[in-house]
Amino acid sequence: MLSRIAESLFWIGRYIERADDTARILDVQTQLLLEDAAVDEAQTCRDLLSCMGVEPADAKEYGVDLFGSVSIEQVLRLLAYDAGSPSSIAAIFGAARESARGARETLTVPLWEVINTTWRPIPSGHFEALRPPYIFSWVRERAALINGTADATMTRDEGWQFIVLGRNIERADMTSRLVATTALSASGGQWTSALRASGAYDAFLRTYRGIETDRAAAEFLLLDRLFPRSVVFALNRAEQALDNLGGDPRRAGFQDEAHRLIGRMRAELEYRSLADLVEDLPDEMERLQRTCAAATDAISRRYFAGSEALAWKGVGA
Amino acid sequence: MSTMFEGYGTSGPAYDEMFDGDELRPPYLRMRDSLDKMSTPELISRVEALQASYLDQGITFDIGGEERAMPLDILPRVIEMDTWTTIERGLQQRVKALELLLADVYDAGNVFNDGVLPRQVITTSSHFHRQAATIRPANGVRVHVSGIDLIRDNNGEFRVLEDNVRVPSGVSYVMTSRRAISAALPETIAQHRIRPVASYPQRLLAALRAAAPAGVADPTVVVLTPGVYNGAYFEHTLLARTMGVELVEGRDLVCRRGEVMMRTTKGLAPVHVIYRRVDDEFLDPVHFRADSMLGCPGLIDAARAGNVTLANAVGNGVADDKLVYTYMPDVIRYYLNEEPVIRNVDTWRCGEPDHLAEVMDRLDELVLKPVDGSGGKGIVIGPRASRAELDELRGKVLDDPRSWIAQPVVQLSTVPTFVDGELGPRHVDLRPFAVNDGSRVWVLPGGLTRVALGKGELIVNSSRGGGTKDTWVLAGPTSPEQQQQQQQQSREVL
Repeated sequence: MLSRIAESLFWIGRYIERADDTARILDVQTQLLLEDAAVDEAQTCRDLLSCMGVEPADAKEYGVDLFGSVSIEQVLRLLAYDAGSPSSIAAIFGAARESARGARETLTVPLWEVINTTWRPIPSGHFEALRPPYIFSWVRERAALINGTADATMTRDEGWQFIVLGRNIERADMTSRLVATTALSASGGQWTSALRASGAYDAFLRTYRGIETDRAAAEFLLLDRLFPRSVVFALNRAEQALDNLGGDPRRAGFQDEAHRLIGRMRAELEYRSLADLVEDLPDEMERLQRTCAAATDAISRRYFAGSEALAWKGVGA
Repeated sequence: MSTMFEGYGTSGPAYDEMFDGDELRPPYLRMRDSLDKMSTPELISRVEALQASYLDQGITFDIGGEERAMPLDILPRVIEMDTWTTIERGLQQRVKALELLLADVYDAGNVFNDGVLPRQVITTSSHFHRQAATIRPANGVRVHVSGIDLIRDNNGEFRVLEDNVRVPSGVSYVMTSRRAISAALPETIAQHRIRPVASYPQRLLAALRAAAPAGVADPTVVVLTPGVYNGAYFEHTLLARTMGVELVEGRDLVCRRGEVMMRTTKGLAPVHVIYRRVDDEFLDPVHFRADSMLGCPGLIDAARAGNVTLANAVGNGVADDKLVYTYMPDVIRYYLNEEPVIRNVDTWRCGEPDHLAEVMDRLDELVLKPVDGSGGKGIVIGPRASRAELDELRGKVLDDPRSWIAQPVVQLSTVPTFVDGELGPRHVDLRPFAVNDGSRVWVLPGGLTRVALGKGELIVNSSRGGGTKDTWVLAGPTSPEQQQQQQQQSREVL
């Protein structure tokens, strides 16, 4: 498979997951603001933006002062509607579609068409007309449709592994952001909403027999081996995909840098005591996000490096 | 007269392919009968569904960075079996002559020495590339794919308007429009026996494999695209997908020791045949534009070493040159000892003093075309130009007469087209596609009909607001007498 195509597929996996998770997080946060009058809107919005990696300088470009008062409308613009803001769902779907267009001949026709039709409402303006909370369920449905179509139509070749790899690295990263946002806010209802954002609330209640504690919720979102949106589950899947790609039958250790990074991170999460982890959740989560970024770099170097542009230094050029 | 076609006003000298005055022409009999059963609102709703399906599938082209759906008119154009047989023969003849011409001008040059074509016509062409001299393609083919544009003059006779043997595009719309129209007009298509177009990718792949360097048993074929921002990107993806080959960009390729490789997740993999959709000038920065990012350094040398086949060959542009076009009838006679099956459009060469004088005299009644232009760029239609435009044109032509040809205002034929809720005659041309595998020139039955959507408009290029039509080549005879004749014949055979 061409390196460039592999890279596009990896990013399609990441973008679709990112759009999905962004919608989930926004859905819960907007509901929370509506339901609970005691929540400080400006503080919640600031925490949300910072967890989603929006830097004060980026926000400034869109007239949002992260040190001043931030409204939920501004957050929705930055993270959902404004295609110019790189963290917005509109921009993410746009990027996914651009990647798909560059790899179009390798995608199955149904997969290309669902990605294309997901993107079309954005330039046509129909996307902006969708309001919360409907827009969030629309995004989730589109993501489910894209993932389902990929699952039902793609052969399980290298291309599929790259999509799965991208999706799971992104999922680990986004779940860690959700956990970090939740840990930052002191108010009690937050863990419930984090669980709801992950679609994990019912599963959590069943698993823990209705005992709702912050600790249990964090454990579920980070460490549950059976829940598909937990960090450990996603890291496990990413490892499997790397294994399938690398075909590295070594008797000892791992040669693949990305595999080492992800495996070590997962082992640390699983083997450290929960008390230790919960002690300093925001820092731990940031470390996880850095690991995801480093692993992405390592994957790029090993599989996508070939696609870097070369310039011919001709006479007079 | 039917309701649907009531008030369909043919006017002027142009040949209308459906109506001869008020008389329906035989090939359109079944189409009219089946459309008669449909109301205009019904047709409109089908047009809307057709447009939506093109957007959903992303069947688009790019103008200046903006992606638009290719406008496909709902009414197909019909070409009779016999007419098509002649077109097919004419195109096969023309491609053979073009192959011989290219082989000759990049090698011995007999055509110059025998006084058929002045050498300077070739050497002054901006598409003549010395880099291509003495590169001998593996199976002798340079024109793997051609798109020779035809028009139908006022008498209904098909004529060659121009030759396209560099990287002719548009074939993807032929394939997609057939599927879209059969979804939009199922009952009409069921009334016709139409020659299919779906085998094009397999024909092309077979021709590309046949062109592989000697000694390669199982060649790797790739399609080379300039990238997603190219106007024909949709077509590149469709061809790569339907041929089941990789679609590469210049940055995916690397040349090592005269061999071409592509960068894959498992390292470098050899490439043997490149169906390139990148223009000559951008193909190899070592030999052409040094600032090109679209090609790959070393491709030309790899082709010269015989390790990779470029399709179409480098340097084919000389045969596209509109001045060379004017010599094509002589070229056909010279190489094949045959009369051209399809005639050229009458043309004046501004580079010749007596022609130039006549053109200057009649500037306001002729069409002036730059010889190396494509996509309708730079064309001036005399009768439609203002005085100022004509004066400017006169200056440009006198400055550089070699770069211009003139043709009478050819009234392209018209075909009923559905625009703004009603049917009206619109001008069309035809780009049939021919694939040369070295042993036979195969012509895709049909081709791309481009239609100028503006009333009376003569420029059909999609970059200038043109659309397309599905083109049906009938698989059987149309008139009752012909049908009887055929039945008779088949009975005799039995």
